[in-house]
Amino acid sequence: MSWLVAPFANNPFLVRSLVAGVLVALACSIAGTFVVLRGLAFLGDALAHGVLPGVAGALLLGLPSVLGAAVGATVMILGVNAITSNSRLSSDTAVGLLFVGLLALGVMMVSRSDSFAGDVVSILFGEILGVSRSDLVQQGVALAVIALVARIFARPFMLLAFDPEQVDIAGWSSKRVELLMLVMVAVCVVMSFQTVGTLLVFGMLLAPAGTGALLATRVPIMMGWAALFGCFSVYVGLLASYHFDLAAGASVVVCAVTVFFAVLTIQTLRQRREGATA
Amino acid sequence: MSTSVSTPAVIRASKLAVGYGQTKVLQNVDISLASGASLALVGTNGSGKSTLLKTLVGLLKPLDGSLERTDVSIAYLGQSHAVNGLLPVQARDVVTMARYSRRGLVSRLTSDDRDAVEAALERTGVADLAKRPLRSLSGGQRQRVFLAQVLASEAAVLVFDEPTAGLDAGSTERYLTIVQEELSRGATVITATHDIAEALRCDQAMLLAGRVVAAGAPHDVLSAERLLDAFGIALHSVPHGGHHDLVVTAAPHAHEHPH
Repeated sequence: MSWLVAPFANNPFLVRSLVAGVLVALACSIAGTFVVLRGLAFLGDALAHGVLPGVAGALLLGLPSVLGAAVGATVMILGVNAITSNSRLSSDTAVGLLFVGLLALGVMMVSRSDSFAGDVVSILFGEILGVSRSDLVQQGVALAVIALVARIFARPFMLLAFDPEQVDIAGWSSKRVELLMLVMVAVCVVMSFQTVGTLLVFGMLLAPAGTGALLATRVPIMMGWAALFGCFSVYVGLLASYHFDLAAGASVVVCAVTVFFAVLTIQTLRQRREGATA
Repeated sequence: MSTSVSTPAVIRASKLAVGYGQTKVLQNVDISLASGASLALVGTNGSGKSTLLKTLVGLLKPLDGSLERTDVSIAYLGQSHAVNGLLPVQARDVVTMARYSRRGLVSRLTSDDRDAVEAALERTGVADLAKRPLRSLSGGQRQRVFLAQVLASEAAVLVFDEPTAGLDAGSTERYLTIVQEELSRGATVITATHDIAEALRCDQAMLLAGRVVAAGAPHDVLSAERLLDAFGIALHSVPHGGHHDLVVTAAPHAHEHPH
């Protein structure tokens, strides 16, 4: 029992990490549910990586990295919107081009400075073990904003996931609703990358919500499952990181992805058994 | 139930051109539909039916001409393959979505909303499927759920794009009865269909083939010669009981398709 609790009881920094991880998991369970339902996985991935040049630029200029990440995410969203509305390219091509372009730009900026090496690792993999109180406040505010937006716009978001034409028929604008959804995902990415890193925030967006989608028959229940699996992954990941001296952020995401494949396997086996007995 | 001159039009289009971007799919479309009137758009795939419907409901902007709609609610059932069938929702949730526009973003659904949803589920025969996940339903069952969604909206104008595709004979018959009930309550119904027997029941028909081949009373519009023109197949409508059966009277362009 002490193996499960003692690390947190004896280390205040680990408790802060746990709280930060839970806040990220809850924000990602809400935003991730819509990412999965609307099929925005690629854009979520691109957003998570597209913030790199913004963060690198902010570090070069001595500005807060969150500000840089927000600029990077804004460029990504506006770019995707502009390309898809002014050309015949599908959105995945637009997302892919901006993704690779922004990532490469970030690498170029990082390569200009020798002192960047350590920062890049923290950008990509986060610093969940070095979370400050102000980080927690920031994360809490982001979670509140995301939850509020998802609550207020639940109906148009549901219609958008069901059939975008129904959003317009109901009197809302599907383009604006989609933009709002992207901004919500971007806020989640920008506010989460400090904790779990840009590389891994994508895993937290996708894996718990994907697991929820396997189990749920209603969207709020899917969100509930995503929150549960996300928080569970944070706890188990931190514990594994403490006991086996593993990278904390990566452990959390590996746990979340493992849970997804475990649930998928159990479900597939059960369906086969039911199919065989039917 | 035909349109009369004194009844104001709910939807009126004059020299309307519809299409995507700069490409006009149909031009010179004239429509005038009053409350309680029905219009069938008949044509092959690619004839412009869906594009015209999307323009009439406001999903596409008219490329030319005028389109006037009185300030009435519209419900639209598009072709079902556009819907995300994997969404984790139950059949009742889908039907409930029809009431969102009445309640806006945050107002709670009322007992009126719940009654409208339950009545729609009953009318389309899917009340017993209300708690089933949408993704577990067959194509025909889903189509009936989507039809229930349109009914639950209690909209003044109902627009259907090939509503009977995937429905069995019994469900198609039930759909036709429901449409008659909706017309009786004063709804205006516009339907795109391949089913000429269904079109013959409407007040007006429009035969499309990348252009308006003919428009007016269904029996005039859907004559054997015009159907041959639009479909490339000779069909003849034969009265049978309360319905019309369609009989192929000549092979379609047999010399053009040697098999």
